[in-house]
This record gives sequence, structure tokens and C-alpha cells, in this order.
Amino acid sequence: MMTFLRDRKVRDVLWQAVATIGMVAVIWFFVRNASDNMVKAGIASGFKFLWRDSGIEVPFNITGYKPSDTILALLWTGIVNTLLVSAASIVVATVVGFTVGLLRLSRNWLLSSLAGFYIEFVRNIPLLFFVLFWYFGVLAALPTPRDSYDFLGVIFLNRRGLSIPTPTEVTGFRLALLAIAILVATQIVLARWARARQARTGRDFPVWPVGFVLCGALPLAALVAAGFGTNWDVPSLRGFNYRGGFVLVPEFVALFMALSTYAAGFIAEVVRGGVLSVRQGQIDAARALGLTPGRVVRLVVIPQAMPVIIPPITSQYLNLIKNSSFGAAIAYPEIVAVFMGSALVATGQAIEIIAITLGIYLTLSLAVSLFMNWYNARHRLVTR
Amino acid sequence: MKTAPALPGWIAMLRQRLFATPMDAAVTLVCLYVVWRISVPLVDWLLLDANWQGRSRDDCKSSGACWVFIRARFGQFMYGMYPGPERWRVDLLGILIVATGLLLSWRGLPQRRAAVIASVIVLPPLGVWLLYGGGGLSLVETREWGGLMLTLFLAVYAGLIAVPLGILLALGRCSRLPLIRFASVVFIEFWRGVPIITVIFLASLLLPLIMPTGFNVDRLARAVIGLAFVIAAYMAEAVRGGLQALPEGQTEAAQALGLGYWRIQRLIVLPQALRIALPAMTNEFISLFKSTTLVLIVSIFDLLGIAQAALADPAWVGMNMEAYVFAGAIYWFACFALSQWSRLRERQLQAAHGR
Amino acid sequence: MKFIGLAAAAACLVGAPIASSAFAQQLAPSPTLDAVKARGHIECGVHLGLPGFSFANDKGEWTGLDVDYCKSLAAAVLGDATKVKYTPTSVQQRWAVLQSGQVDLLARNTTITFSRNATLGVDFQGINFYEGQTFVVRTKAKVAAVKDLADATICVAAGSTEEKTAADWFRERNLKVTIINFQKNDDAISAYDQGRCDAYTAGIGALAGQRIKFKDPAEHQILTEIISNDPQGPVTRWGDERWQLVVRWVLNAQIAAEALGVTSKNVGEMKAKSQSAEVRRLLGVDGKFGDMMGISNDWAYNIVKQVGNYGESYERTVGMGSALKLKRGANELWTKGGLLYTPPFQ
Repeated sequence: MMTFLRDRKVRDVLWQAVATIGMVAVIWFFVRNASDNMVKAGIASGFKFLWRDSGIEVPFNITGYKPSDTILALLWTGIVNTLLVSAASIVVATVVGFTVGLLRLSRNWLLSSLAGFYIEFVRNIPLLFFVLFWYFGVLAALPTPRDSYDFLGVIFLNRRGLSIPTPTEVTGFRLALLAIAILVATQIVLARWARARQARTGRDFPVWPVGFVLCGALPLAALVAAGFGTNWDVPSLRGFNYRGGFVLVPEFVALFMALSTYAAGFIAEVVRGGVLSVRQGQIDAARALGLTPGRVVRLVVIPQAMPVIIPPITSQYLNLIKNSSFGAAIAYPEIVAVFMGSALVATGQAIEIIAITLGIYLTLSLAVSLFMNWYNARHRLVTR
Repeated sequence: MKTAPALPGWIAMLRQRLFATPMDAAVTLVCLYVVWRISVPLVDWLLLDANWQGRSRDDCKSSGACWVFIRARFGQFMYGMYPGPERWRVDLLGILIVATGLLLSWRGLPQRRAAVIASVIVLPPLGVWLLYGGGGLSLVETREWGGLMLTLFLAVYAGLIAVPLGILLALGRCSRLPLIRFASVVFIEFWRGVPIITVIFLASLLLPLIMPTGFNVDRLARAVIGLAFVIAAYMAEAVRGGLQALPEGQTEAAQALGLGYWRIQRLIVLPQALRIALPAMTNEFISLFKSTTLVLIVSIFDLLGIAQAALADPAWVGMNMEAYVFAGAIYWFACFALSQWSRLRERQLQAAHGR
Repeated sequence: MKFIGLAAAAACLVGAPIASSAFAQQLAPSPTLDAVKARGHIECGVHLGLPGFSFANDKGEWTGLDVDYCKSLAAAVLGDATKVKYTPTSVQQRWAVLQSGQVDLLARNTTITFSRNATLGVDFQGINFYEGQTFVVRTKAKVAAVKDLADATICVAAGSTEEKTAADWFRERNLKVTIINFQKNDDAISAYDQGRCDAYTAGIGALAGQRIKFKDPAEHQILTEIISNDPQGPVTRWGDERWQLVVRWVLNAQIAAEALGVTSKNVGEMKAKSQSAEVRRLLGVDGKFGDMMGISNDWAYNIVKQVGNYGESYERTVGMGSALKLKRGANELWTKGGLLYTPPFQ
């Protein structure tokens, strides 16, 4: 018996069997309790509630959601709002983070201490403070609708948000989008050709200026034509507020500012670590070749730092997406606020709603991880 | 011809560090201007124009911060609604922990290893007994706890659960056994993939539903469990980093000596891996400490929660800045100290490895 | 002598359970009531902090109309109004907290609605406050009626009945408003106070309590127009009918005591001398009503003695004796033009 137990393979199987049985038992125990408790308490269950009318107002949405839509549509609006604020914040946090991280390494002592101060300030205070600070700070700094900041009589900024005109007809803008796509495509083709040529002949080619000369005017012309060819829904003061156009609400602005400044502090540290991992000899060699400091950073330092930077920066992006749930604290209508907040209270179906919410976040996290892994694999330096 | 007199060292240094080139000089001047514009009003508000003396809101006459509010509510910020005559228990526990910590960090302590293990075993239950009561002490229910003590309690006890759990998960993730590895990966990625706010909701709304009827888990304990699971997942990744940094040969040599799995882990692998992972684990603990603020959404009054509750008092309307600055400063100092300590450890570690 | 004394004590100890089990056989089982008695206190789910209804001061002492109800229940069931423990619950948490048995009941400004009753597994045991929804606006905004709020931005607590009522009300009249949902009442109030919204909506009683949280209460006015009926009262879980009986009749006793003129001051005298048959039954002189519920016969006496009748409680917490200064209005006895009405104690 003892020798049998000492056999490694047998023990492996036994261990795994014990672990599996244990886990299944625990899960079964919880599920059974939950169903018992729910039947006993007379709580409704199932996913039918998703097709009920929601009746919940969402003041900020780009999905065209109305309170007469279903709870499923409400959920979709929440997801879109989460993605919107996350995407915007990720872009800005990356730019600010890289800037601060590089400034932290500046030769100028004052500049690098200021960057260091920013990093230490942001990293050591809970995000909730920043969210509340930006929200109430933004509200306090802006004027009432009657005293709005007015830009050319069509854009208005006040405590209710930034009101911008929207076109009533969008065909012209589809054309403009097409023109932008043409421009981008030209740039890509040009860049490829230029790189190939540089590899062959060593000569530089001004991709950006040439590209813009070739078809830079196209989108501009299309935009102007579309702008004049349609009617605009211009915001105007009616009673209490500006009506019409699109309103960027202060909740969005506050959450966006909080998330991007907070994440920037963490990204800056990652960037600093990445840059420090590049050997000094590389930089010296690049300088010796006569590259400008900007080009040294862009062509030598950053590409070599990237493999070190990408994995931790990925987890910062994931954190940022998860942190967008802090929007619930200031009434920004993202998933947690509209679904785990409003919809949960309206329907009382806690288990289903929490399960769906967790599922959505897991999917988002997984998607970003996969994308960044793919990106990392593509951009990994071929060494040796 | 006379040469310019040699500049004193500090001026030369200043020049090199701040005014090396005209560009540098311009940047320095801009920075100085920004610092001056920010710090002058800040210092005025925080210190120079602040109100320190008094008992009520009417005593705050000058334009600066009204620290009178913090003084009046200080007890609540620290202990929440913990009954006044019993607060010595919290203080005693605090002193005990600090004293033990100091004693244990003294390298000359005889039997240091045993002392560490003993205090890890004895202190946590002792802490719960002191705070909660029973067995001679009067009962203070968790709903009366609050403020900084609650924040610390949450962080420390969630951390105490998270560290061993995280180590187990990390070992599981690096295990040979596919089922165990799979289960660990699922557990880790699940808790890492969801926001803490949803986990706290989950713990507070769902835990009572999945327990047998009549079996109530304390509100605070639920929050501790929820936080602990999330942080355990992050800790596991930190420990895994340490495990992977170890050369394969260590384990192989131990196996050749005929040691079993658990003994290899306990005697050879973990001591080294944990030493490497300690800075990363500390950083996870810092983020746990910051995340404890989220429990206020399930009406547990931690430091920030009690600050918000104090703000709702009609007698002290409009003290938002004071409350948030005070609470924020406490978080900042705690997290900053921890992160500095972690960096110090990291540097010691690198020095020890001769890198 | 000593031995006889001991024997008597033993007889009492043995006899008491037998006597009570004799009653227990006639009564339906009540797990909640048994749990309360065993625990020695009532677990009451209350609002996070609503002056006048349930509000904790800086020492953690709770006061308010809903809190008084909890105290009355404790006085009736346990004979001591102080034996209550309060669990503050947010709008989102309240149902889960009740459903999972963490509290014995909710007494927290919760409006009785059909869908809550039908789908959440909860029951409403009468009405202790007739609330009506209205708005608070800045005085200088010059709003006289609710319809003047067209195009306004309105702050509201998410998941409350107010959220839906306000949205419906404006939609029915083809008026456009923007509604911002906050997770907690206090967040909605401070956002309104900061100028994020033109109005904040809640019940008129709740608003009277929340108004004192504004930086400058004099700058705000509460509209008198009411756009909904929001009856509020204690909430229990489904099942356990005998506990529901106790919860319902404690509230009825508070109201009946006022209607019958029994106050905390004269309750002793009334119990001793009153000739009114209903007063005698209420205060446990005749009828043994307490036994029928499985609690002490002087349950209503304890309520009035320790907490007071409904009118006393109202005046002290939300009425003229409080900071809220709410008139009785609909919350007056039916005999005086209000809606409070109680079935007879017979």
C-alpha cells in the first residue's frame, strides 16, 4: 500500500482527484444553497428580466438609448460608456505617462524632481479621492448655464457639460470619413515604400509632408463641404439648460481626468524602468552617430525599452478599464452604475446581474490581454 | 590676464544641474514659476490662513482650512463609532503590533525565526479578541468599528489571508499537475479580471445568498474575504515572478537529495522566491490598502467613509476639502512609507546579488 | 427552608417552559420571532442617514420616525425599547440585506410598490408615513410649479421610486428633462448643491430632512406640488406570518394609542383606570392579545410608555418639535382629516 502511494504517478492522480472533488463539492454546496434560499425567499430568477422595459434614464449615451428600451439595451449603453471613457483615458494616460516618465530622467534636477513628485503623489493616494476631487473640482470651476463660456456662439461650456453642435444629416460626413481613410491608407503605403527604400539606399524620405501634400486636402475639403451642406443642431439656452447638439457631461470629464492622470503616474514608473533597462552604450552609440536627442529616444531607446515596458503597461491598461467602475461614485453611467446599480435595484435579481457584470469585465480583460500579447509578439526585437 | 575665480562647489553643481544650457535655464525658470504659483496658495490654505483653535464651525473665521473640524471629529476619524471607554483596546493592539514589529526587526534577537512564527500565530487572533471582545471584554460589534482602525484592520487581515493563499496559488500555477494548474489559473485570472468594486458587491450581496439559511457571515468579514481573494490573486502573480527567477537546478538538486515536494518548497524554493518577490508583494499590499476605500459603497465606514459621514453632519456643512485632505494625507504617508521600504528592500536584494 | 426555596425555583424553571410550550402549540411557528427572543435584540435595517427618519449622531445614537418604529417593536417584543441594533443600508443593498436574513425587517423610507411586493419576496406591513414626491430648487431659479422644470437637469438617487416617478411624470407631459442618477442620496444632494442640477427630487418629508445638509438652506425652496403617492412602512420577508402579525400590529398600536388618547404620560393611569374596552384590550388589561402573538401582554403598554404613541413620535422626530417642522398633513389621524387609520383592537 505504502509503495503504491509512493509512486509519483499514482500520487499525482490522487492529488488531482482530491482537489477536483473538493472544488466540485464546494461549488455544488454554494449553488444548492443559493437555489434553496431563492426559492424560499420567493425571489424571481432567470434572465427574462433582460427583455423587460428598463424605464431608467441615461443622460449620457451614444447608442441612442431611450428609457422605453429594454434592460439589455441599457446594459449595452453601459458597456459602450465604459469602453468610451477607458479608451479615451488609455490614450491620454499613455501620452502623459511616457512624457512624465521621460521627464523623470531629465538632466534638469528641478524638472525630474517635479516629475518624481507627481508620480509619488498620484501613486500613493486611493483613486476614489481623485475621482471625487475632479468631479467636485470641475463642477466648482465651471459657470452656471446662464454664464456659460461661449465659443463662437455654437459651443458652450458650463456645469452641465460641454455642448457642441451635431449635424442633422450625416451622409456628407461619411464621405469625409472615407477621405480620412484614403489619407491614412496613402500614409501607410508611403511609409512602407519609404522604409524599403531606406533599407535599400539608406536615404531618408519625408513621408508625412509628402503624404499630406498628396491627399491632405481631401478630408478637409470633404469636411467643409459636409459642414456647409447640412443643417446643424446648434445648442441654445432654453429655460434652464442648453438643449440640442451633443453634451459631454462633467461626469465623463471628471472620470476621464481622474483615470488618465492616475494611470499616467503608474505608466511613468513603468516607462522609467524600461528606459533604464536600455544599456547606456546604445544611447552613446546613437549620439555618436549624430542623431538628435529626439531621434535617439524615438529610434533607439523606446524600441529597446518596449519589450520591458509592454507587459507591465498591459496590466496598467487592464487596471484602468477595471477602475472605470469608479464612475459609479459620480453618476457616470458605466456598467456598474447603470447595471449593477440602477438595473439591480429595479429588478432585484442580484445573482444574475452580478454574474453578467463579472462576465463582461472578464471578457474585456481577456480581449485586452490577447491584443497586447499579439502586439508584444509582433514588436519583439529580434535579438542574438 | 586673470582667470575667473573657481566657483564654490554647490554653485557649480547648481549650474550643471539647472542651468547647463539656455534651454535648461528656461525650463528651470518655468518650473520655478509653476512651483511658486501652486505652493503659495496651498501653504496659505493649509497652514498660514488655517483655523486651528475653537470648537464649532463659527470659530473658523479666516479664509484657510478649518482644522477645527478635524480636531472635533478626530476620535471618529480614528475609531469610528467604537465606544469611547473601550478605545484603549485599539490603542493597546496598535502598540503591541508596533512593539512586536520593532522587536522582530532587531537582527540580534535570539530565536528570531521562532519568534516570527509565534507572533504570526498569536497576534491575529489576539487582535480579533481585543477588538471584538468576548471572554472578559465587553463585546464591540463590527458595525461600531470605523475610521482608520477599520481601514488598517481590513488591509492587515485581508493581507494575512492573501499571503498564504497567494503562495499556494502560485505553487499551484507552477505545478506539474494539469488539473491543479488549471484550477489555479482560473482562480487567479478570475479575480484579477474583475474590478474590486464588483467583488465587494459580490461579497456583500451574494455571500449571504450562497450560505445555508441562518448562517450569517459578519459584514466586515465578508469585505475582508472579498478583498483577500482579489489580493491573493495578485500576490500569486508576484510570488510566481519569484519562483520563475529561481534556477531550475535548485529544485533538481533537492530532488536528487530525495526531498519530497512540500519539503523542497518549504526549505529551498519558497525562502528564496519570497525574498525576491517581497518588493512586488509589498506593492500589491499598497494597492490593497488603497482599495479598502471601496468598502464604503456597502456602508462600512472606513477612513474615507467616516469622513463622508462626518460631512453629512448639518453642523459641519462644507468641510469637504478639510476632510478629504486629512484622509488623503494619511493614505499618502502610509503608502509612501511602505513603497520606500519596498524600494529599499529591492536595492538591498540587488546589492546582495551583486547586480 | 432553603430546600423548599430551591424546589420552588426548580418548579418554576421546569414549569415555565411547559406553560409557554402550551401556548406555542396553538401558535404558528415563527423563526424570526424566536431568533429575536434568543438574540435579545432586534436587527433593524434603516436608511444610511436621513435626518428625521433614521439618523445617527456623532456618538452613533440613532433617532427618527423609522428608528422610533424599531424601538416600539423592541419594546413590544422584548419589553425594552433600547434593544435594537441598526444596520444602515443603501438603496441598492436593502433588499439583499432583508432577503438574506441579516435584518429582521426594514424600516427605511421604502415606498410600497406592486413590483417590489410581487418579485422581491418582501411584504409591506402597513404605512407609517405617507410621503409624496416633490422637488427642491434654488429660490432664485423662480420655479413655482413642477412643470416649470421643463428642460431642467434633475439629480436623483438611482433605483429609488423617485427616479422612475419623475421620469414618467415629465414624459407623460411631453416635457424634456435630464435625469442624473447617483448611487447614494448624499451624493445626489451634494451634486445638486454644487450646481450640477437645477433640482433634486425626493419625498417631501425626506427633503425637509435633507435640506439642512445644504451649504445655505435659505437659498433653496421645496415645491409644495406633489407628483406621487409614496406610502412607506416596515418591510418583512415572505413567510413567517406570525412575525408579520407582530410587525403590523405594533404599528397599529402606535396609531391606535394616539386615536384613543393614550400617551406616554398618561399610559400608567389609563391602564389602571380606563373604562374604555378598547383601551383595556390595547394595554393588556383584558383580552390577552400579546399571548395570541406570542409576546408579552403588556406589549402595547411598553410601546407607549417607552417610545410614545404615533403622534408623540411624529412631533419629536419630524414634526414641530424637530428641525424638520413638517405639518401632520396626510399623516394625521382619520378623525382629524388625515389618512392614518387603524383596524379595531377587538
